[in-house]
Amino acid sequence: MEAVVFFVAAIGALGGAIGVIAMRNPFYSVLALIVHLFSLAALFLLLTSAFVAAAQVVVYAGAVMVLYVFVVAYVGGGGESAWEPIPGQRFLAPLLAIALFVELSIAVLGSALASLETHGPEVKAGFGDPAAIGRLLLEKFLLPFEASSILLLLAAVGAIVLAARRSPDNAPDAARVAEGDTPSKHSPTRLEGVSPSAPTP
Amino acid sequence: MNITWYIVFSSLLFATGVLGILLRRSPLVLLLCLELMLNAGNLALVAFSRMVGNEQGQVFAVIVMVIAACEVVVGLGLIVAIFRRRLPLNVDDLRELRG
Repeated sequence: MEAVVFFVAAIGALGGAIGVIAMRNPFYSVLALIVHLFSLAALFLLLTSAFVAAAQVVVYAGAVMVLYVFVVAYVGGGGESAWEPIPGQRFLAPLLAIALFVELSIAVLGSALASLETHGPEVKAGFGDPAAIGRLLLEKFLLPFEASSILLLLAAVGAIVLAARRSPDNAPDAARVAEGDTPSKHSPTRLEGVSPSAPTP
Repeated sequence: MNITWYIVFSSLLFATGVLGILLRRSPLVLLLCLELMLNAGNLALVAFSRMVGNEQGQVFAVIVMVIAACEVVVGLGLIVAIFRRRLPLNVDDLRELRG
């Protein structure tokens, strides 16, 4: 039974991953990644980590993917140009990926970790549930927890700074009037980080 | 299922993400492939945590998820900024810093 669930979820995850890199339209890539994330959540459940699976579905497949969908809808999924800067990249890349996979597999299969061949030890009923993870996060890993919250705040501020409107056609008209009606010749809004000067009364 | 299956499958997913990074040129798809690689790492972390019988690896996986969310937010902000400046959304055309 476990093997059946594993292989179904693995095929779903691998199919989603291949769909991400094979789809021409980025919108379909995002949808394929959602399939991948759900299948991966099933694998997490098989590994008796309920909280990580729930966080995967809620945070990743819920929140982060909605962000992706919004940006894809805003930017639009243009086709990629066929221009290749490196000749033969299309053939060298799969070779490199296969080499990486073989190398990692050799490292895993040839390792001396005897417990890799087991299912892992028997665990008690509450293994990996939210209570256990929360206790670990707030007691043993309090410092990484707080650091990651600060990192989230910094990322939010950085995203606002990066994506804020500073393009010249969105500048307020008052700035252009203050320059004496010379539109966009040396408009300061073209320069990075220079805000349009407000008219002084 | 042995833990080996999970680890080998996670390395397969990681190789798929690397293949996407090498093949695609749209920054949006590159971010998606980064997600693939981070998730492969997450799967390995959770599998090793099950192997040891200790939940600490799962805490690592949760924190990796937070890092991935931060990376997505900043990356998508960059993509929106590139799009606003009418620059091409193609990582091969955005090569001014290469010298």
